[in-house]
Amino acid sequence: MSLSTPVRLGRRDAGLRERALGRDAALYRLDWVLALAVASLIGLGSLLVWSATRQRMIDADLDPQTFLQRHLLNAVIGLAMAAVAALVDYRSLHAYAPIIYGASVLGLVAVLTPLGSTINGAHSWIVLGTGFQVQPSEFAKVALVLGMAMLLADRRDRDSPPRTTDILAVLAIAAVPLALVMLQPDLGTALVFVFLVLGVLAIGAAPAIWLGGLVVAGVLVAGGAVQAGVLDDYQLDRFAAFTNPELDPRGAGFNSNQARIAIGSGGLLGKGLFEGTQTRGRFVPEQQTDFIFTVAGEELGLLGASTLLLLLGIVLWRGLRIASRSSDTFGRLVAAGVVAWFTFQSFVNIGMTLGIMPVTGLPLPFVSYGGSAMFANLLAVGLLQNVHLRSREL
Amino acid sequence: MSERSQLRLFVLRVLVVTILATLFGRLWFLQVYAGDTFDQAASANRVREVVEPAPRGELYDARGLPLVRNRTALVVSVSRSALQRESDRGAAVLDRLAAVIDVPAADLAKQITPCGMQSAPPCWRGSPFQPVPVQEYDARDPAALARVLRIEEHREDFPGVSAEFAAVRDYPGGQRGAHLLGYLGPLSQEETTRPEYAGVRPTALVGRSGVEASYDAALRGTDGSRQLLVDNVGTVTGTRGRTAPQPGDTLVLSIDAQVQAVAEDALRRAIERARTMESRAGGLLVADSGSIVVMEARTGRVVAMASYPSYDPAVFVGGATPAQYAELVDESRGAPLVFRAIQGAYAPASTFKVVSTAAAVSSGDYPLGGSYPCPGVYAPTGQRNFDSAPLGTIDLRTALVKSCDTVFYKFGYEQWQRDGGNRPVAAPRDPMIAMAKAFGLGERTGVDLPSERRGTIADRAYKQAFWESTKDNRCAGAVNPALTEERRQANAEFCSDGNRFRGGDATNFAIGQGDTLVTPLQLATVYAAIANGGAVLEPHVGRALLSPGGAVREIAPVVKRTVPVAPEVLGYVRDALSGVTQPGGTAAGAFVGAPVAVAGKTGTGEVANAQDTSWFASFAPAENPELVVVGMVSQGGTGGTVAAPMVREVYDGIYGGAGRAPALPGGRLPDLLPTRRPDGSIAPPGMP
Repeated sequence: MSLSTPVRLGRRDAGLRERALGRDAALYRLDWVLALAVASLIGLGSLLVWSATRQRMIDADLDPQTFLQRHLLNAVIGLAMAAVAALVDYRSLHAYAPIIYGASVLGLVAVLTPLGSTINGAHSWIVLGTGFQVQPSEFAKVALVLGMAMLLADRRDRDSPPRTTDILAVLAIAAVPLALVMLQPDLGTALVFVFLVLGVLAIGAAPAIWLGGLVVAGVLVAGGAVQAGVLDDYQLDRFAAFTNPELDPRGAGFNSNQARIAIGSGGLLGKGLFEGTQTRGRFVPEQQTDFIFTVAGEELGLLGASTLLLLLGIVLWRGLRIASRSSDTFGRLVAAGVVAWFTFQSFVNIGMTLGIMPVTGLPLPFVSYGGSAMFANLLAVGLLQNVHLRSREL
Repeated sequence: MSERSQLRLFVLRVLVVTILATLFGRLWFLQVYAGDTFDQAASANRVREVVEPAPRGELYDARGLPLVRNRTALVVSVSRSALQRESDRGAAVLDRLAAVIDVPAADLAKQITPCGMQSAPPCWRGSPFQPVPVQEYDARDPAALARVLRIEEHREDFPGVSAEFAAVRDYPGGQRGAHLLGYLGPLSQEETTRPEYAGVRPTALVGRSGVEASYDAALRGTDGSRQLLVDNVGTVTGTRGRTAPQPGDTLVLSIDAQVQAVAEDALRRAIERARTMESRAGGLLVADSGSIVVMEARTGRVVAMASYPSYDPAVFVGGATPAQYAELVDESRGAPLVFRAIQGAYAPASTFKVVSTAAAVSSGDYPLGGSYPCPGVYAPTGQRNFDSAPLGTIDLRTALVKSCDTVFYKFGYEQWQRDGGNRPVAAPRDPMIAMAKAFGLGERTGVDLPSERRGTIADRAYKQAFWESTKDNRCAGAVNPALTEERRQANAEFCSDGNRFRGGDATNFAIGQGDTLVTPLQLATVYAAIANGGAVLEPHVGRALLSPGGAVREIAPVVKRTVPVAPEVLGYVRDALSGVTQPGGTAAGAFVGAPVAVAGKTGTGEVANAQDTSWFASFAPAENPELVVVGMVSQGGTGGTVAAPMVREVYDGIYGGAGRAPALPGGRLPDLLPTRRPDGSIAPPGMP
């Protein structure tokens, strides 16, 4: 259970080459089911992003594969990041957590300074030269998982439930990025943080009263925010449109309506890749990012869309399996945090396209177009693999 | 790992499964259960239907000459709803537009205002959401193109203004036959829901008067459509399908364009001539309006129908301006839009005597060969002959030839007495009224033109109805101290028994005076019945519809009924009428040297507070009638001096008199129809 077991040290001494390719090499011991599911999601996502952007690029007289190529490049970079995250020394992960956390908080602060820019209505970007922008809030998810896991794992009484001070510490380190994200404002990411906190605390065996209390407090804060007018009008409009989609079919309810039309018209087998009329006609806005699931629904039908659901389910299932098999609290909490994050984000994203959740700008993990999200998601998968490798070792 | 953590992991697992199951359930609901709805929504999203208007059928005369064709025009339209979105409600746009298209901005504003509560015509009768055509140019006119280009090049200055090529009506004959042909106008909002306009696009122009209206369904064809695939901003990405438009049928009229011109010219000249003539009451004749109907006596096919004053139907192409429309309905200008031939109703006066004669003889009361006194004054009622001249005892022929009123007073009065006089029997015979109805008076002729008037027969029911509708007022007038004693007396009499059918009503009826009114076309059908041996015909101006596919639908003559008059009586009347144009007849002067033997009857209708209505109703050739010609000039003096010479001129034009080439040799329309060539052009009858 300790981070300083001799075995672990010995492996480390054997060098990276040995660890990656040797008899006990990580490559053999990876969670291949998870890896294949993630790879399939990325592959499927690439097709969907391609289809979602192809016609638009053709119309604009641009290379129809522009988005596909960039998406694949993002995936390759992300996979490299995942490899590093999976193979890096478990202990150093733990050791670097405060640094990673601090860096991500700095990133979020930078967004609020003149360095930040607004892309597609979200003020959550830092532009680093032509065509390359970073969305620090995506990386903040990884950082928050690591930070919280470290705090709860480092407490003195490891086998008893976390004490109030531990929980307060967790809440404190979550509150900083949460507040910064709310200032952007990015309600969706803030909610992801909230569920991350809930997930980590829950699996971290925090007393139920804290969890319940947090939920109640969250509802009260949300209600208060609406009352106090903290939320922007467009956010309220989205909620109003969610409760009554026909309220303003050309305005706030438009995306949601068009998304449902796209999915609903896909039927059992879909209209065929590149053949979706809603997709080709660009009726669904933001389709390659937030509404990527509509392409699956329209062009691949119930069969394709539920395959996508199944793959997501496998990822989440393997994540939970890793959490439960983890040999230590840190690993378990990291895995639990990642699963809570993916679960919430997948549910909100798909639920929004299906009209059962309000429209919030959250990408679908591994599938939506977008570099920062892809990197963060794959980093998280790398962490899961890291935990997995560690647990198998013991 | 603590038990609590394990439990929590289990809960998280359940949560994940539940969430995935929820998403799958919703997915199934949307894609399978409700998939059809969304499928339709997706189709509606991306398919835009673009109407391809059907070319409207063209109109030709009986000899294949074009009367109404289509041509391409540049139509400038204004969308009122777009203007309303401007900060000044479009005033600046209209000012700019006014300068470009030379129409005052105030007129433009009126033209595009939907007809409603406060806005009388001129106003927009179409749908309020549809662009209103305000100016129309010939597409071949470079100057017009230059103007329209100014609009197109400065789109930002002209929001809501559009200029498009459109097929519009073209009138090769100019004003000829304007009333008959009619004009087109937009559908009103309410009409778009009517079954007769089912399938008509809301922006379509439909026939509003004349044959354009009565044959609208056949002329308009069926619009085609193109189903275009569009993206979210409406960019066309492809075509899904196309239904070709079905062009409208070509309508061949029984009208002969040359005879129509002859009739219109004769009418106009007669009116101009009349205006230089003295009226009976002194002063020049007003001759405000008039009409001529030329009809085939045996078929009821209308060869020409003229109405004065007329208008240029082209003013309706692209929409009439407010000033133009106001002029067309202005009473002081004679309301040119009124089609006198079917919408003007006048006392028939002596032309009615053919009906009186038929009634008197057919009733059995007065033998055809009898002799009847023609005093200057008919003693029982004190009514005079028109020119007060006594003619002694005369036969019926002379009574018609000389138009002796007192003979017919006698018939009318005595028949009234036989029906019980002031104490009528339960079922009065009223032979003259019955005969008038048998000839089709008091009912629409059924001509294939819209808005025909039915005229009036001043019978017992009419008197009763008139009394009932006015008696309250008149009874009050009987005791109104503000009125003269004389007026009070008259009101009191009317109040007590104004519903009674009196002897004077019967005598007035016998000579076509009083409240009985007929249209020129009705009188033409009466004279056609006399001429053709008793058949009351339904007049037609439509001769045949030629479909683009080659089908020919001929509009067959219709005999409405046969009058209950013996052939020898009709023959007697025909012979008598031929005497009218002979020396000694009332129209003798007008027909000296006529190119054909004309039989006819003059009429001079007395009108309260106006000059006499001048009538001449006739047919020719007298022995074997082919054509009926009825002429009427309102406030045109006596029948013999104005209407008869006018009708003579029509015969001259048709048969070639007074040095003119015959417009319709023999007075017969061609038996054959014009035909449609494969290329859509029209071949004259009997020609390839």
